[in-house]
Amino acid sequence: MPFEFEYSPAPEARTVVDIKPSYGLFVNGEFVDGNGRSFKTVSPSTEEVLAEIAEADEADVDAAVKAARRAYTRVWSKMSGAERGKYLFRIARILQERAREFAVLESIDNGKPIKESRDVDVPLAAAHFFYYAGWADKLEYAGLGPAPQPLGVAGQVIPWNFPLLMLAWKIAPALACGNTVVLKPAETTPLTALLFAEVCQQADLPPGVVNIVTGAGETGRAVVGHPDVDKVAFTGSTEVGKAIARTVAGSRKKVTLELGGKGANIVFDDAPVDQAVEGIVNGIFFNQGHVCCAGSRLLVQESVADDVLTRLKRRMSTLRVGDPLDKNTDVGAINSAEQLAKIRELSEIGEADGAGRWSVECELPSTGYWFAPTIFTGVTQAHRIAREEIFGPVLSVITFRTPKEAVEKANNTPFGLSAGVWSDKGSRILWTASQLRAGVVWSNTFNKFDPASPFGGYKESGYGREGGRHGLEAYLR
Amino acid sequence: MSTRLDVKKTYKLYIGGQFPRSESGRSYVVNDAKGTFLANASQASRKDARDAVLAARAAFGGWSGRTAYNRGQVVYRIAEVLEGRRDQFEAELRAAEGLNAAKARTYVDAAVDRLVWYAGWADKIAQVTGSANAVAGPYFNHSAPEPTGVVAIVAPSGPLLGLVSVVAPVITTGNTCVVIASEPHPLTAITLGEVMATSDLPGGVVNVLTGSVAEIAPWLASHMDVNGLDLTGVADPDLARSLEEAAADNLKRVRRPGVEDLLAAPALDRMTTFLETKTVWHPMGI
Amino acid sequence: MKATAPSPGATTFAQETASDAALRRFLHGLPGVDQVGAEQRAASLGTRSIKTESKRQAIDLAIRMVDLTTLEGMDTPGKVRALAAKAMRPDPADPSCPSTAAVCVYGDMVGVAREALGVSAGSTAGRVHVAAVATAFPSGRAPLDVKLTDTRDAVEAGADEIDMVIDRGAFLSGRYLQVYEEIVAVREACVRADGSSAHLKVILETGELQTYDNVRRASWLGMLAGGHFIKTSTGKIQPAATLPVILVMLEAVRDFRDTTGQQVGVKPAGGIRTSKDAIKHLVMVNEVVGSDWLDPDWFRFGASTLLNDLLMQRTKMQTGRYSGPDYFTLD
Repeated sequence: MPFEFEYSPAPEARTVVDIKPSYGLFVNGEFVDGNGRSFKTVSPSTEEVLAEIAEADEADVDAAVKAARRAYTRVWSKMSGAERGKYLFRIARILQERAREFAVLESIDNGKPIKESRDVDVPLAAAHFFYYAGWADKLEYAGLGPAPQPLGVAGQVIPWNFPLLMLAWKIAPALACGNTVVLKPAETTPLTALLFAEVCQQADLPPGVVNIVTGAGETGRAVVGHPDVDKVAFTGSTEVGKAIARTVAGSRKKVTLELGGKGANIVFDDAPVDQAVEGIVNGIFFNQGHVCCAGSRLLVQESVADDVLTRLKRRMSTLRVGDPLDKNTDVGAINSAEQLAKIRELSEIGEADGAGRWSVECELPSTGYWFAPTIFTGVTQAHRIAREEIFGPVLSVITFRTPKEAVEKANNTPFGLSAGVWSDKGSRILWTASQLRAGVVWSNTFNKFDPASPFGGYKESGYGREGGRHGLEAYLR
Repeated sequence: MSTRLDVKKTYKLYIGGQFPRSESGRSYVVNDAKGTFLANASQASRKDARDAVLAARAAFGGWSGRTAYNRGQVVYRIAEVLEGRRDQFEAELRAAEGLNAAKARTYVDAAVDRLVWYAGWADKIAQVTGSANAVAGPYFNHSAPEPTGVVAIVAPSGPLLGLVSVVAPVITTGNTCVVIASEPHPLTAITLGEVMATSDLPGGVVNVLTGSVAEIAPWLASHMDVNGLDLTGVADPDLARSLEEAAADNLKRVRRPGVEDLLAAPALDRMTTFLETKTVWHPMGI
Repeated sequence: MKATAPSPGATTFAQETASDAALRRFLHGLPGVDQVGAEQRAASLGTRSIKTESKRQAIDLAIRMVDLTTLEGMDTPGKVRALAAKAMRPDPADPSCPSTAAVCVYGDMVGVAREALGVSAGSTAGRVHVAAVATAFPSGRAPLDVKLTDTRDAVEAGADEIDMVIDRGAFLSGRYLQVYEEIVAVREACVRADGSSAHLKVILETGELQTYDNVRRASWLGMLAGGHFIKTSTGKIQPAATLPVILVMLEAVRDFRDTTGQQVGVKPAGGIRTSKDAIKHLVMVNEVVGSDWLDPDWFRFGASTLLNDLLMQRTKMQTGRYSGPDYFTLD
């Protein structure tokens, strides 16, 4: 009788977070009521309503922009870089001190596994503040001219897939460069941004330097379209990114857009196969595939395709899907009913187009939004699931014969955010990386992020870079 | 004694290394500064713009794939050939734009010098805008600039220097381009095309269209195989806005129009606007 | 899937092992191992949180997998007797505590160990095995005939299992066929007069092989030559058993079974001192090769101090309070 090693539930304690019944807007250093409209944020793993969130309208956004402008003119733009930096260091430290709280709250509101919020999102968010804190008094060394100046008020709109981390990517460089911000978190994941507002208070950040306005698309449009906003930074869908680009046309607003992708993960026949399988899994199932730079297209050399797929399926079968707060969960809940519907729809289209569907056999919870890790084999470039961003745990597998064909197929997309290359041959990796039209190329690894590493896309994946020295350029003139 | 009759030049377009007439068969009258007829310029159509984009796209792989050293040499070669034809350009500028000799010489010399300046950047821009990134893990991580692709340019009206100032930075870094020459002063642009055609510059790297900006530019701005749009020469703010809106269809990198002293020393921004940053991660292990 | 144990010089690979060149081609044709990726995978599995009932079960399984080891120059019959007593009844106060898989001693102590364990002739089922290190352990630096004699002596003295060392010098200088043939010869020396055979564990001494590519190649070499187990280390070289090394070895036995149908066991040895470490290994076995290997027949821990920590944790699980070293025997 072989031993069956079933892991007992290992839930992270939820008691470390205190979710209030309702939240206002964070304007000028205080929580305010706004116009009175509100929406609900829901836990995607249980469908439980977590809180009532104020929905900012144009007037609320205007108040936030005014607060940001005042803080910019009177305080933040006059402060020395060294002092600005010290505020950012404080914020970074507080994020570390309250890491557990942020991780749990993120997993509750977003549905991502605690393992990821704990080991990736929150530490990286803190690291981002540390990184840019150090830049605040060194901007003249950034290679952007001898006396770079801030732009003014930045309007920032972020997505729901990495709520706190995207906030850090936006706020840290903006503040380091001397700008003030009005940030709109995604409507399905506002809670960590609102907790971050408390961090700003604990750090004694001058009122108005960071303002957080919650709401959906309308609120975002008000932020982006506000005439007194000098800079727009957006992470989200390519469709909305294009709309923003049209909105700001003809204005003085500087824009950076970090949008969708359909990343190719290329596995050559000489790849370190076990690590490649890990990279494929990490590339598409990390964060339920809600990752703009996901390796959602596996391009595998035909000569090793069967072997790689066998290994991949075996590995996928060990993925633990379920309670985001369980420390052993690998794949959590889909962020919203809407997103789940989209994933289902595209998967059905994949089947209808003739691709072979294979999903992990796993018991999915009866409430909440769930989708089993899935791969499609026999996918061709002509299939919609090979071209459209699914933004879920769904991998399209395409084969190739030669390196040239791999590159052609990888680049044959309007997107250009990320790509992966797996091979034990250094020169082949460097050649392939040089040919790929993508802003981030991971060779023999995937989905790695670091505050020092610039991130952003080619083509319809957007423009501008976040992270590293390059990330400063978006917030200086 | 009879006087010799001038041989007049027919000004055509410069597309894919060739000098075709507009497929539309149209031309428009270009007058000199005094309003006297100077020449007929080709009036490019949307189909000429399409052909130019095709030529630029076809040239992109080869041009961007060349070594930076080689691209620098080719751009320097353009400067060399232009230097040898300074007298011709001076004469053209005086005739077409009514400049005096000293001013015409200043602009031609500045154009040559600008080409030399950018030529030297070809193999240095990556060192200045790239980086080795100290990430918190066992990875070799570096960022390097790469050309954006095909860039459509509306050139400003500055005499010769305007065109050189917008084209040189774009191609030095490996992009290819379709440039709409100054509408009232298109002739030196085509003569510059002759310089480029004899300067080892592969056909299609620079494509010059003459004609109506308002007619051609929207086709380039909305073209889904164009990656960048430089609106420097667009004087009408409404047109500039509508071109930028059209550019959003495939998220072209857009350089907005702005006041600029062409004779002033340039900065890096004309290059960096049409550069992408690629970051490559690689594990370090045994 | 229940697999058969391998036979020496598995015929599936007759061609691959026909010459040094062929063997080199085969071993160097195995997929590479990326160090960073392998270590991250191992670290990631190390974050599994094993609590309550699953922890209780894992601790008991780990106890049953221990090869309780003493391999010192100062080993004496008294020391070995004490070790044997501990192996049979790790927690004298608790009869429900399982015994360990084996005791592991030098060849000259096999007789003492057998006597202390009360072993008579016949089946090994249900009793603590006697494992002996052989082949000029730990360095392996002796002529082949000396190594074979060492092995035969231990088998004749009644060893159930032989832990041999490979010739790392030969391996690192690329003389793979020599390593292979030596393992085959030792495996033959494990055969008893009655035709049965002591189980052979092949120690790779991964700390000396340095790279994971080498660990993978040496693992295959050991399996091709007919080893019943592949084992990380002698315990005399640092680093010894590490999670990424075990990961690579587990991948090797998994792939070997996929190719040949033959199952080979894995034994980390050296450096595993805490229950937490042991559970991380069990998690890795579970997720990399599956429950077929979650059995003392297919996975062992070569250890000495680990056992007391397992017992302490076991008591903690039972009593709900932390225990202390004074409540467990030092042997």
